[in-house]
Order: sequence, then C-alpha cells, then structure tokens
Amino acid sequence: MSIEFRFAVNVLPKPGILDPQGRAVEGSLAHLSIEGVTAVRVGRRVELTVSAPDEAAAREIVDRLARELLSNPLIEAYVVERLQATSSTTSAEAGAP
Amino acid sequence: MTVRVGVVVFPGSNCDRDTTHALALAGAEPVELWHEAADLQGVAGVILPGGFAYGDYLRAGVIARFSPVMRSVAAFAADGGLVLGICNGFQVLAEAGLVPGALLRNRGLRFLGRDVRIAVEEGDTPFTHLAGPRRPLRMPIAHGEGCYFADPATLDEVEAEGRVLFRYVREDGSVAGETDDPANPNGSLRAIAGVRNAAGNVAGLMPHPERAAEELLGSDDGFGLIRSFVESAAAGVHAGGDRSLEVASR
Repeated sequence: MSIEFRFAVNVLPKPGILDPQGRAVEGSLAHLSIEGVTAVRVGRRVELTVSAPDEAAAREIVDRLARELLSNPLIEAYVVERLQATSSTTSAEAGAP
Repeated sequence: MTVRVGVVVFPGSNCDRDTTHALALAGAEPVELWHEAADLQGVAGVILPGGFAYGDYLRAGVIARFSPVMRSVAAFAADGGLVLGICNGFQVLAEAGLVPGALLRNRGLRFLGRDVRIAVEEGDTPFTHLAGPRRPLRMPIAHGEGCYFADPATLDEVEAEGRVLFRYVREDGSVAGETDDPANPNGSLRAIAGVRNAAGNVAGLMPHPERAAEELLGSDDGFGLIRSFVESAAAGVHAGGDRSLEVASR
C-alpha cells in the first residue's frame, strides 16, 4: 500500500554564485524606503506529492528528483521540506487577505 | 560523398532552419533529428541549435537533456562523435555535463540580442581549424542565460588544457573584462564564450555562427566555424570508428 506525501523542494543559488536577481531585489529596496535588508538570494520552490510505502522511500524519490532535475549541483543547492497539508498553496490562499 | 550532419529539433528550437541552411552552404547534407527519436540516422556529426528547448522551463536546457535524442547524442559523444551546441544547444550540453560549467542568467538580467565580437583561442581544433585569421569575429548573440560559470579549479583546468575555444573581445581584439564591459555583455567568467570537453570532441558556444554565415546576413565571420565542423565530421567518417576518447563527466 502506498501513502501520499507532500514535499517542497527549495532550490537556491549556492553561496558565492552570482545572483543577479537577488541583486536586483536589493537594488529596489531604496525605492521602498526599506533599510537593513541584505544578502537577498532568489531561488525556486517546487511542491509535489509522492506516493510511496513510507516517508523514507518518498524522500529518496524526492532527493533523486531534486538532485538530477530540479537543481544543477554546479550552481545550486536544495533543501527538501516535508509539508503536512495536502497543499501549502491551499493553506496560504486561505490565509490571504 | 556528401557528409551528413544532424541538427536536433526540440520543441522550441528556433535556429534549426538557420543551421541546416548554413550546413548546406558549407557542403553538408543536413539531417533533422526529432527530439523524440533516439535514432541518429548514421550522421557524422550533431549540432544542437539555438532556441528555447521545452520552453526553457526550470532551467535552460535541463528538460532537453533527458529527451530520447539526447541519450543517443551522449552515447555518440562518448564514442568520439563530433557534437556542437550553439546558444541553447550549449546550455543543453552544459546541463547534460557534456561540456564543463553552467550558463547563468546574464549579469544585467536582460535578454540580449545583438552582435558581439569573439576571438578564436584555439585554432587547431575540429571546431575552429578553418576559422581563418580574422580577429575578432563578429556574430550575434540572442540569450537570457549566457553568463559562463565554473568554479575556479575547473576554470584553471579548462584554461590549462586549451579547452577555452572562444572569448568575448573588444573591437581591437583585446579580451573583454568580466564586469561592466559591454564587450562581454552577459558577464561570463574570464570572458569565456565557448568551451569544449576534455576529449575535445564536444563544444559549445553562446554566439550564433550560423546567423553570420553569409554576407547577406551582415557578416560571414561565422561561416569558418560551420565549415570547420563540416570538414571535421567528413574526415571522421573517412577515418572510421576507431576514435576512442574518454567520456566527459560533470
């Protein structure tokens, strides 16, 4: 029997890798009169559902997917996050104004 | 015998026709290779053309990397076959680990479509031997992710082994800087515009030689590179299949 597990994979440029998007965000802070914000890194978040017999097996699948497809190990690092809700977008929408 | 050169067509490729046209001008018989077909139809060389394969979703080139045709191209390359990636094709090769490094978002974040100048750094390769003495060569770029990146150790190794094929240069032929130099518009490290693998049979570059292959297009500076590829592919065919070269890895 398999269970459905919901995960998020957060992919970010590795430290030291030029992140022009992060720089552009930093550059716009002055227009918003926001001070004290530094080290902005812009990445990508991928949410997905995996059917597997247990969480360890599900994580193995997500890990391979993250390593081989969702990130480029030369330039990006990733972190896998287990989500409790069926979809975090649903809960986020519920909390939106 | 006319040499047959494959041009891979991904959904989203848009320089495949320019490439087949330039190949025909150089005397080759272009063969279009559909991305879902694993059969390379016995071609003597493969070009991955420019465009936006699979919409450039996720990262430019990464989805294309896992297509049936790319598994065959990787095997062909491992067997010593000549492979050239132009622009998006370079991104696909880098994602596949067939050439070193990665192509990051342009430093200025903008998509850039304009002429650049590059210099041939290694004139004695299957990709450049007929490039001629012109320096610099003028040809267009058209990309959003062309900033060449590799870690310092890889960069040193690639340089020491003579695997940097092209660099962005200024009008006077001097090598462009890394930052704030319009001659290196995407901010590539060490102004690298094109590299090849350790075995020497797989190369990629961001500028478009096929879009500068005849005077009618405003420049024929790229035609020497197309001719180099065609002639090398033809020579490989005649030499038979005894080329044993090591497989490149990421």
